[in-house]
Amino acid sequence: MDPIIILHAGIATGTVLLFATLGEIFAERSGIMNLGLEGMMLIGAMSAFSITVATGNGLLGIVGAMLAAGALSMLHGVVTIHFQADQVVSGLALTFLGVGLALVFGEGLSKAGTISLLPRLTVPILSPVPVLGPIFFTNQSVLAYVGYMLVPFSWFFINRTRPGMHLRAVGENPSAADAMGINVYRQRYIYVLVGGLLAGLSGATISLAVSPGWFSELTTGGLGWIAVGLVIFAAWNPWRAAFGAYAFGALRRTILDIQGPQLLLGIRNPFFFNPYYGFFLQMLPFVFVIVVLIIASREALRKRIGAPAALGLPYVRGERGL
Amino acid sequence: MTATPSSARRSFRFPLVLQIEPRMDSPRWLALLVSVVAVLLALVMGAVVLALVGGNPFRAYAHIAGAAFGSLGVFSDTLVKATPLIFTGTACAVAFKMKLWNIGAEGQFFMGALGASIVILAGVVSEDASRLVTLAAMVVGGALFGAAWGFIPGILKARLRVNEIITTLMLNYISFALVNYFIFGVWSEGGFQMTRTFQRAAWLPRISDLADQFPIMRGLTTHAGFILAVGVAIIAWYILFRSLWGYEIRLIGDNPRAAKYAGIKITRNTVLILMLSGGIAGLGGMSEIAGVIHRLQGSISPGYGFTGIIIAWLAKLNPLLVIPVSILFGGLILAGREIQPSGIPRLIQGIILFMLIASEVFLRYHIRLVRRPA
Repeated sequence: MDPIIILHAGIATGTVLLFATLGEIFAERSGIMNLGLEGMMLIGAMSAFSITVATGNGLLGIVGAMLAAGALSMLHGVVTIHFQADQVVSGLALTFLGVGLALVFGEGLSKAGTISLLPRLTVPILSPVPVLGPIFFTNQSVLAYVGYMLVPFSWFFINRTRPGMHLRAVGENPSAADAMGINVYRQRYIYVLVGGLLAGLSGATISLAVSPGWFSELTTGGLGWIAVGLVIFAAWNPWRAAFGAYAFGALRRTILDIQGPQLLLGIRNPFFFNPYYGFFLQMLPFVFVIVVLIIASREALRKRIGAPAALGLPYVRGERGL
Repeated sequence: MTATPSSARRSFRFPLVLQIEPRMDSPRWLALLVSVVAVLLALVMGAVVLALVGGNPFRAYAHIAGAAFGSLGVFSDTLVKATPLIFTGTACAVAFKMKLWNIGAEGQFFMGALGASIVILAGVVSEDASRLVTLAAMVVGGALFGAAWGFIPGILKARLRVNEIITTLMLNYISFALVNYFIFGVWSEGGFQMTRTFQRAAWLPRISDLADQFPIMRGLTTHAGFILAVGVAIIAWYILFRSLWGYEIRLIGDNPRAAKYAGIKITRNTVLILMLSGGIAGLGGMSEIAGVIHRLQGSISPGYGFTGIIIAWLAKLNPLLVIPVSILFGGLILAGREIQPSGIPRLIQGIILFMLIASEVFLRYHIRLVRRPA
């Protein structure tokens, strides 16, 4: 129950959630909600593992995972952007399809072989820093460092660059953006694709860096849906997404560790003496998401921050409304 | 000047173009035709995937047809599989009609099963109570627990605008863990992950119970839950399409702003509809353990709650249409159990849903190939 160890381990699961959440932030900022994260992540995890087993090259696995999930996201793009279908239902369809495809093509993959984890790095100058060094910069997977860099980059891109401004314009007021000469459809396709690529990377992180292997549906085990919730908690802001993702990762690790000691804060640990109470611990991550959403909703009501105004609405040229 | 520069550069132009115009109205036969074609196309695409992974799609589909509708016996089994789907499909249709995305029918189904089990195993009704009393208590328990599981996202949505998609989904996972706690830790029978078998008074009657008088009914497993499911679907249809309350619900779904100006209480209806939806799904869980399994265990559903989403959509959110669609999907699930790889039924469901929502573009637009205007 050492907090440093818990936080260090939390970065791993946190990185999985971070990639998926950042990708979804990009897609939703452009006005397209993609609830298919769970399916895209599972496809990503399956592709990454099978390609890496076959070629021995983790980088190829990551690229394959991103392309597979990206291709899936384009299906959602066509249906919601051009065909103006309901984004919720299309996202659910994508979940079914992604999970189904991953199970079909992942048949027998759990016994296909073993892979070595992606390399882990310790940063020379930063690792001796007290507290932060051992948590963030010691013996973390290369993908964790990709995550660290992606957060400030995403924030800067969305809030401080011209393409980022176009992205926000398309999500807040597509008809005004269209009048400005921005191609709304193209923008939305691009960011739905970005969301898909990052969901694939997120899946690859699971099967190449966190728990190597293929455990069918349990590989993601609901993390995709948790990422959808984190987007709302993050209020579509990459920094808050990072905070939420890592905090959530640490919580998962705490739940694992809490069943270990006989004494907890000086009292008999109920989770040690009655293993069945572990089922209540299993609920905690999901309860946590609901609590976090309640907090985020109260804050949104008070500060009047909210979802991109055109989120979930198809854009049709020449029709009234957003 | 007869030839503009652009037409001079491009000497050949494809003589036909797609002309896309918004439709003012879409006839009923077109909606039906488009849905049927979408499902058929989805089955073809499923066959392609099946062939890609080395299966024989023709044999697989022939197997599904034979194993689901081939004889009175298997059709009876198909109805057994259709029963929970009618409940979950109706539950989803009711909520979706108000544009409330209840993705939690699976969890509400489990909670309904838990509620019905508590009635039996916690001694709410005594073991020698009559069948009618026992079953009635189970119906109440199942519906109450399902409704409670719908109340949570309902009140959060109504009071705090918490996104109900996420909360209903999270509650699914919570309900699985809760049911697991009871079957592993409280009611475990001899170390197995299931409760004891319920007393006979807690079993829904089956057709085969009449086999003594009518030998033809021997082995027919269809149980009274099917009648309950059809009844619930009809009542839900009546509420949605024939009652004032249903009119309010549909108005909120179609145009919440107009509903607000008309003085309809959106917050109260949000809670009520999610409770109704959860209660119906909960009844499904009760019917499944009282009619088929006769005990509580972990594997009571291969995803009935999620398939209910697709069924509701395929039925155009009409509870009456949910019944035949559920019977078709019941056949798919029954026969699909033996199809390998195991992801195939889910995959086909995903393709069907995708094709359905993509095909709706044909209902909104006139899409024609026309001669390019000169």
